[in-house]
Order: sequence, then structure tokens, then C-alpha cells
Amino acid sequence: MATSIDVSDLDVYYGDFLAVQGVTMTIPARSVTALIGPSGCGKSTFLRTLNRMHEVVPGAHVEGKVVVDGQSLYDSAVDPVEVRRHIGMVFQRPNPFPTMSIRDNVLSGLRLNGNAPKGDQADEVAEKALRGANLWDEVKDRLGKPGMSLSGGQQQRLCIARAIAVEPQVLLMDEPCSALDPISTSAIEDLIDELRYDYAIVIVTHNMQQAARVSENTAFFNLAGPGMPGRLVEMSPTRKMFTKPDDPATEAYISGRFG
Amino acid sequence: MTQLLLDRSAPPVPTLDLQRPRLPRWAPVVVLGVSVAGAGLLGLLLGWSLAPMVIVAVLAFIVLLPAWSSVIEGGRAARNRLATALVWSAVGVALAPLVSLLWKVVQYGLPQINGRFLTWSMRNVIGEPGGIFHAIIGTLLITALATAISVPVGLLAAIHLVEYGGTSRVTALVRFLVDVMTGIPSIVAGLFAYALFALIIGPGTQLALGGAVALSLLMVPIVVRSTEEMLKLVPQELREAAYALGAPRWRTIVRVVLPTASGGIITGVTLAIARIIGETAPLLIVCGATDSTNFDVLKGQMASLSVFIYSSYTQTGTHPEILQGMAWGAAFVLIVVVMALNLTARLLGRFLSPRRPR
Repeated sequence: MATSIDVSDLDVYYGDFLAVQGVTMTIPARSVTALIGPSGCGKSTFLRTLNRMHEVVPGAHVEGKVVVDGQSLYDSAVDPVEVRRHIGMVFQRPNPFPTMSIRDNVLSGLRLNGNAPKGDQADEVAEKALRGANLWDEVKDRLGKPGMSLSGGQQQRLCIARAIAVEPQVLLMDEPCSALDPISTSAIEDLIDELRYDYAIVIVTHNMQQAARVSENTAFFNLAGPGMPGRLVEMSPTRKMFTKPDDPATEAYISGRFG
Repeated sequence: MTQLLLDRSAPPVPTLDLQRPRLPRWAPVVVLGVSVAGAGLLGLLLGWSLAPMVIVAVLAFIVLLPAWSSVIEGGRAARNRLATALVWSAVGVALAPLVSLLWKVVQYGLPQINGRFLTWSMRNVIGEPGGIFHAIIGTLLITALATAISVPVGLLAAIHLVEYGGTSRVTALVRFLVDVMTGIPSIVAGLFAYALFALIIGPGTQLALGGAVALSLLMVPIVVRSTEEMLKLVPQELREAAYALGAPRWRTIVRVVLPTASGGIITGVTLAIARIIGETAPLLIVCGATDSTNFDVLKGQMASLSVFIYSSYTQTGTHPEILQGMAWGAAFVLIVVVMALNLTARLLGRFLSPRRPR
């Protein structure tokens, strides 16, 4: 199933503070969409509204529409728990569950959903997810070891394995490589390249080369001005974005002549 | 590229003066020896007891070592020596009563321990040493019951405060009341439980359940506060990771938050048990004192170690020395139980805390 996300006129608030204003975009299915922009412009905040993680912060709320598969995410009948089962997320810092083994970490999504696979089936699920995250060969001999015993890059791929084990439609990644070294980053980028055939991926990144390498489409966010809310400046196919962007601010940012 | 930017033609800089005169490593030991010898000699000449000799020796050490140091090493090193000496003296002052207490309890208590002491009650025992089986059973039953009441209440209250409370007024009020409860004098908790069961069953009722209720009044706030602190230590990222996998909140708490904090929570609960297991005043009121073994927590008086110690010392009977010896023995047993609990808590805490890379 291919799921795209339609965002229309979305305002994101923390309490009374308007953090992101008037975002309208379409995130296509089976492709990678990169969100770029300077720090504090609301990329991550916007990303977290796509699976209703935003409202975990007290006082946070949104106005506007996010439509997934014909259903408005912020409709009162929508269960945020159900939303997050279909729209997974990988965070900036690897956060495997410290009390669980590698295998249990991969299976944790299913167990936390209350439909834990048993025996051989569990092994299959774990192997499939770990292979999907390019981690199987490195950990197959020590699945019972704690998840925290892995290196940073391996932990992040473990978190990706954990996210794809629940078979979401969409994968949101919030700067997944910012805490990693170049080799681990490259491993994750290869992985994103493979995952694009099954998932819609939205990735926030500060690394312009990374956006250029992995994404089909790129959205540039910027602050309207000091103390003003963040907004979407432009969204285009990545190739166009990095060669001849529509907006002069985008060009200034991409070429490093910002501000 | 190998050419580093060093100007070798510059005149050599005068060598850095990094060395200072230092006292030899054995200096503190020597000063300590001199202080002890001096104080001992002075004490023997003037006929002092041990305590003033020790005090004079410590004071002499605190004065002599910094003085010597200030002559040889200078001001900063001397102040460092002074502060070090003061810190060690403070450690000694803090530890001395503890060691002395343990020593006395072992000295008087250990010889009392034998099979008869641990398996007999005091029923129909007159003029000879009996046993404290009834008190051990009472302490264990009452404490277990108090724990069974306090842990669910305290744990759930802490989960509410941390996971669901947020910043609402109710949460702030609950937290304030828990803090107030921490300061309730134990005798008041005893009176409350006594009055409660006097209302429910009838005036003058004494039963073990009442003692457990009184003790849980003291225990709940400790469990709430320690559990709350442990839950707060669980990183928000772990909760978010679970939410992002589509986990409902309660499952996140049960399967991610509580296991991550389990080591600390169990340590907190065990320390709370250790805190209440020696309570005397409330049990004296609510459970009374008896010489017989009572296994029924819902009916009749029940002995406990702390109350046994108290009554053995106050109601001396015909052979005060026998009962006083037994009180020391009971104190020894109580301390052993508390230490065993502490040790268990540490082991459990180490065993259950999140697995770190090895």
C-alpha cells in the first residue's frame, strides 16, 4: 500500500507560541522527502506533527489539516496510538530500550502493541527487521546481548529495525545521522536508499549533501524573521532545489551564504 | 607540509619553575603518630579517660600538620592539608557512633543467640531465658502487611504524579501532602490507626492489621518520593521511542518506564521497609505486647522485636538481667534483619538496573 501525506495550512503551537505557520505540502509515497533549514526553524516540530508525537509535549497543539490515506490525522475520532503504529519514527539520538536485549528491542514495537509474535515467528520477524536495517550480519551471533552494548551507529540502525518491525507505512527520521560518524552515516544512507521502495520517508537533516544524496524532494524551512514563526519557503524536486531554486533565500542557504 | 611554524631562532625561554618544596609522603602518618603519642602521654600523666585523649590527638593533628606544611610548602598547600584533616575528622565523627553502636549490639547481643532463643516464645517463661520467636514472627508479619499495603499505593501514586499529573494543581497538592506525611510523628500514626480500628471494631481493639496500617502511613510517603525520583530519571526519549512505535501510554509505563526504573524503585522500597521495621511507638499502641506467638493479623495482640526490646527493659520482673540480655539479643536480630534487607536491595538494584555495555 502506498501512503502519501497531504498537509494543508498547518499551524503548530507550543502553548500560545506559534512555532510553525501555514505549511502546505504533499509528501509523496515510496520516496524520500528531505526537510532542510537553519536551526530553530521548525523542521523537527513539523515532522513530529506528522505522527502526532508533537502533542506529547504539554500544551502543544496544531491547527490545520494533515491528511493520510483520506483521513485527517487531527480529527477527533482519530486515535493517536493507531496513527503512530502506521507512521514510525527514528530520533536524533539512538534510544534503544536499556532493559532489553537486541532481539527484544526489535520486537518491542510489536510487544508494546500487544500482539507479540511467539517462538519461530518472533525469530523471523526479528531477522527480517534486522536484515532490513542492514544490521543482521553484525549482531546475529549476539541477539541476547543488551541493545546498549552496540556502537552508536549500530544502535541507530537497531532503532530503525525496531521502527520497521511494526511495518509502518511512513518512516519519519529526525536527523538520524547527526550523532554518527561518516561510516555509520553512509550505512544509514544506503539503508534509506533501500527503504524508499517500501515506505514514504521524511528525513530532517542539517547536512545539505545528505539531502542531495538521499532525497527525491526537498522542502526548505526558514524563519520569517527573528522571533517569528518558521514557515515553508519552498518545496521542489531535490535536483531542481540544488541547481536553480525558486527563492533567493533557498539559494543563499544552500550555497552557504546565509543571512 | 612537515615544516611546523616554529621560530627556532628565538632566544631560549627561561625554564618554567614547576617545582615546589613538598612534605614527604609519610608526613601525615608521622604527624598522626606524634599527635597520638603526645596526647596519650599527656593523658596518662593527668589521668584522663580515653575520650579526651582521642579529642586532643585529633586537634593536635589538625593543628600540627598544616603548621608544618605552611612552613615547608606554603599557604595554599597548608590550607589543603587543613581541609583534608577536617574532612577526615568529620568522617570519623560520623562513623564513631555507628561503629560503637554495632560493637555494643554484637558484644551483648550475639552471645544470646541460640536455638532456644530463636524458636521459643515467652509464654509461661518465668525466671529463665525464653525466646523471641513470637516477636520475630510479629515483626515479619506486620512489616510484610505494611509493605503489601504501601507498595501498591505508593507506586501508583508516584506513577500518577510523574506520568499523568503534569503540572496541574491536584498534582502539586498531592506532592505537598506527601511531603507533609513524611514528617508525621510515628506516635501520631499509631494513634490514628488505633482510633480508626476503635471506630470500626470497638474501643480498645488491638490487632496486627492496625499496626500495619500505622506503619504504612509512615511508609507510603517514602515509597512515593523515592519512586517518583526514580521515574523522573527515566529519559523522556525512551517514552517517546515507545509512543513512536504505537505503544499506548499504560503499556509504555508497564513495559518500558517501570523496568528501566525497577532497580531504583526496589532499592527505595527496601530502604522504606528498613525504616519502618524498627518502629516501636505505633506498635505499642495498636498491637500491644504479648508473650505468645500470634499468627492471626486480624485478631489479638501481636508482639514485635522493637516492642519486645522496649518492654524487656521497662518491665523487668523478677530477673531484670535475663530480660535485658534478651533485649540485646532481639536488638541484634533486628539489626541483622535490617542489614540483610539493605544488602538484598543493593543486590537487586545491581541485578535489575538497565544493562550497561560490558
